[in-house]
Amino acid sequence: MSSKEDFLQSIRAGLAKRTPTAYPYIPTFEQAGIDLKAVFEKNLKLAAVDFYDVSSVEEAQKIMQERLPDVKVVCSATDEWEGNKDIDAVEQPRDLDDVGLGVFRAELGVAEMGMIWVTEKSLKVNALGYLSQHLAVLLDPAEITENMHTAYQRPGLLDANYGCFVMGSSATADIGAVLVRGAQGAKSLTLFFLKTKDDETGK
Amino acid sequence: MKVALFVPCYIDLIYPEVAIATLELLEKYNIEVIVPLNQTCCGQPTANEGDQENSAKIEKAFAENFQDLDVDYIVGPAGSCVKQIRQHFDAIPQTEKVTAMRAKTIELVQFFTDVLKITDFSNISFPHTIAIHNSCSSIRGLHITSRSEWMEPRYNKTEELLNSIKDITIKHIDRPDECCGFGGTFCVTDEAVSAKMGQDKVSDYVRNGIEYVVSPDMSCLMHQKGVSDKEKTNLKFLHVAQILNNGPF
Amino acid sequence: MKKVNVEKNAAEFIYQDDIHVTEHDKNLWNARQKRDTAAAQIPEWEELRNLASAIKEHTLTHLDQYLEQFVTNAEKRGIKVHFANDAAEHNAIAYEILSSHRVKNIIKSKSMLQEECGMTPFLEEKGIGVLETDLGERIQQLSEQIPSHIVMPAIHQTKEDIAKLFAEKIGTDPNNTDPASLNTAMRNNARPKFLLADAGMTGGNFAIAETGTFVVCTNEGNADLTASLPPLHIASIGIEKILPKAEDLGVFIRILSRSALGTPATQYTSHFTGPREGAEMHIILTDNGRSKRLAMDEFWKSLKCIRCGACMNTCPVYRRSSGLAYGATYSGPIGIIIDPTFDAKKYSELPFHSSLCGSCSEVCPVHINIAEQIMDWRKVMMKNKEVDFSRRMAFKAVGVMLGHPKLFRAVEKVAYNAINILPEAITENKTLDPWAAHRKLPDVKKETFREWYIKNRKNNEQ
Repeated sequence: MSSKEDFLQSIRAGLAKRTPTAYPYIPTFEQAGIDLKAVFEKNLKLAAVDFYDVSSVEEAQKIMQERLPDVKVVCSATDEWEGNKDIDAVEQPRDLDDVGLGVFRAELGVAEMGMIWVTEKSLKVNALGYLSQHLAVLLDPAEITENMHTAYQRPGLLDANYGCFVMGSSATADIGAVLVRGAQGAKSLTLFFLKTKDDETGK
Repeated sequence: MKVALFVPCYIDLIYPEVAIATLELLEKYNIEVIVPLNQTCCGQPTANEGDQENSAKIEKAFAENFQDLDVDYIVGPAGSCVKQIRQHFDAIPQTEKVTAMRAKTIELVQFFTDVLKITDFSNISFPHTIAIHNSCSSIRGLHITSRSEWMEPRYNKTEELLNSIKDITIKHIDRPDECCGFGGTFCVTDEAVSAKMGQDKVSDYVRNGIEYVVSPDMSCLMHQKGVSDKEKTNLKFLHVAQILNNGPF
Repeated sequence: MKKVNVEKNAAEFIYQDDIHVTEHDKNLWNARQKRDTAAAQIPEWEELRNLASAIKEHTLTHLDQYLEQFVTNAEKRGIKVHFANDAAEHNAIAYEILSSHRVKNIIKSKSMLQEECGMTPFLEEKGIGVLETDLGERIQQLSEQIPSHIVMPAIHQTKEDIAKLFAEKIGTDPNNTDPASLNTAMRNNARPKFLLADAGMTGGNFAIAETGTFVVCTNEGNADLTASLPPLHIASIGIEKILPKAEDLGVFIRILSRSALGTPATQYTSHFTGPREGAEMHIILTDNGRSKRLAMDEFWKSLKCIRCGACMNTCPVYRRSSGLAYGATYSGPIGIIIDPTFDAKKYSELPFHSSLCGSCSEVCPVHINIAEQIMDWRKVMMKNKEVDFSRRMAFKAVGVMLGHPKLFRAVEKVAYNAINILPEAITENKTLDPWAAHRKLPDVKKETFREWYIKNRKNNEQ
């Protein structure tokens, strides 16, 4: 209800008392010779993420069937993994409420945090990442960056309307300060290291 | 070397033995000590309450006692009072004399470790299990130890001195740098929280089998001893100078 | 507004039983220890804190420019930006957006700014249903209490309290106090409501000027559900949340959750740069006293706060008081220095609820001089005569006495073998009860040091 000008005016009035300070140089704190995948895996473990090196989607699918035999509805946002609920047919995000396993390919992994980066491109419907009871995520092991500094330096990282660093499943410690996984979002996240297929786009 | 001894008001009245121990200790190391006899207080009780008007009166009295002395240092056996002089003490005009006086005021442990560089007290024996209580002012104000909040190299100047004492066992309690709840006027204006903090501190000592609590700050110990005596524990409380000087106890 | 009696509230928290204060202290101290462990694993931790502080100070001292840049970039991406000078405007804007979309029910994730503005009661009064989706916030909503901690809103309640609450409100077994079961019960209760909400509201932890992005950090996934389900997303963002560049986030994301809970990051770090297809996105940029605070020499640096709660976890007084004792949106050390900027009378006692141990300043990831500001607020309260008359008079007596050496000696004599002068002089009712209830009085020696000195070191007498 205030105009932008009035609003900025009161800030300028406050700033009259302040002396401008300089913007610091921010290093990326990269360490020479670290094994990005090993660090990433160590931090995935801390985030309670189970991970597997697989050479095919079928292998990953088999692992998920063993891990979650009761899951009925599988919805995938990546063409590599065929589910039984077509994400392109979803009209409203809430239609994903019945999804037992949501599947997508993450765009980036951050070694320092054991995090993955997803956007509306990888999720197709953003709610897939949160309404699904469980998640299976593919990641190209070549797409691991060292830390948050190097991650944010990726060109175009924030070009997407929505992007999220996801560190494992949802969690809360709001009752008795006891850590519980599966608060409102996904109850588990399983990660598969699987190279992106370059030339077999048709498959 | 010539120093002035700064004897905080409550030490003068309640813990004269601490001032005696400090004086004797300094004399042992051939330091010329003068004691301004009209000193009262550093002004912390009023300054901590934000009461600048009344602090000014106390600070003026302190300056009148110390600012004209021809001494190398003003040594005080109380971290919290020394911190008050060094880091606050801003209710009176900051003349050259006042700032010079403030800059040469130093806490006893740091006077030994940093100025005299004397840390060997192996001629003294104290065959007991002790815990060190460095006051919040000493830790976070004077940096007498490293701060647990900071990822910095670990050190503890009080422990450095006491480590050399023969037959002493120094134990680290669970929360060594947790405030004991004295906090000056806080201990009466916020009685419930202050007492609870004191009780938790005393439990920490008892749980860790401590016999003596040793500190460069008697004000915290006054509160801790008050709690401990009320709870009828066997804990005993001493100023670091009393151990380094081997008494009076 | 009635003055908050924080000392009395804290005493009630302590004396209610032996369980609450013990659990509260233990859980928060645990968080502090986890923070230390997490920080120790980052070799450049101290450099990160310095950087975070410098970035914040730079941004705040160029706030008009960065804010303008943020607005331009957000609007370019199709976000509608609104400007609220105060809480009333914030709430009115939120209501206007909601009512123009015929919204009946909203889901919201945690926002301290919306708390600060009293938005939920305002909207409920207007007939809009508000569902808190963060578990802790939901517990507090059902308890009809304000959050007691910035990051852990219900930390003052035990799991037994919550089992009882859920039994009453959502029909769980009152004897089942298992946190996992209680969490599942709430998940199952809340999810269907998420699906039906007409709009979602969030806060924002950071807002990036160069891209127009705002960032929300949560652990439960509730902010992402809030943003990804309904067709309308409104975010309330305080003007101090602005950062110049995306790369600044590298610094802040690395320190935020490590400082708060000792985890590397929150489970979700969500970046919103534009509305999703077919949905609308609004930002309510809110001042509510912040530009005034920017002009306050002693207190402007509190605007650097990133709401991690580390100062609360480390504060020995907060841990034994619970956040509710402060009677304010912000509690603990950061609350003490922020709350009086909203209402100096109501919160005039808060600056005195501190032992001045200083741990808050030392633990702060953006180097806010919290303890110093607590002292500065005491000076303000004393000067403005916001402090009780009896307390002021007592200090006057102390000032007179300690400012006059002869008078001090005389009083020492009176106190001789009787009582400790300092606590007596400052006790409001002139009795020693506040000391003696839980503490023995120290002995007063027959001879002061001064007397001993005159007797034993006559030569040095001045």
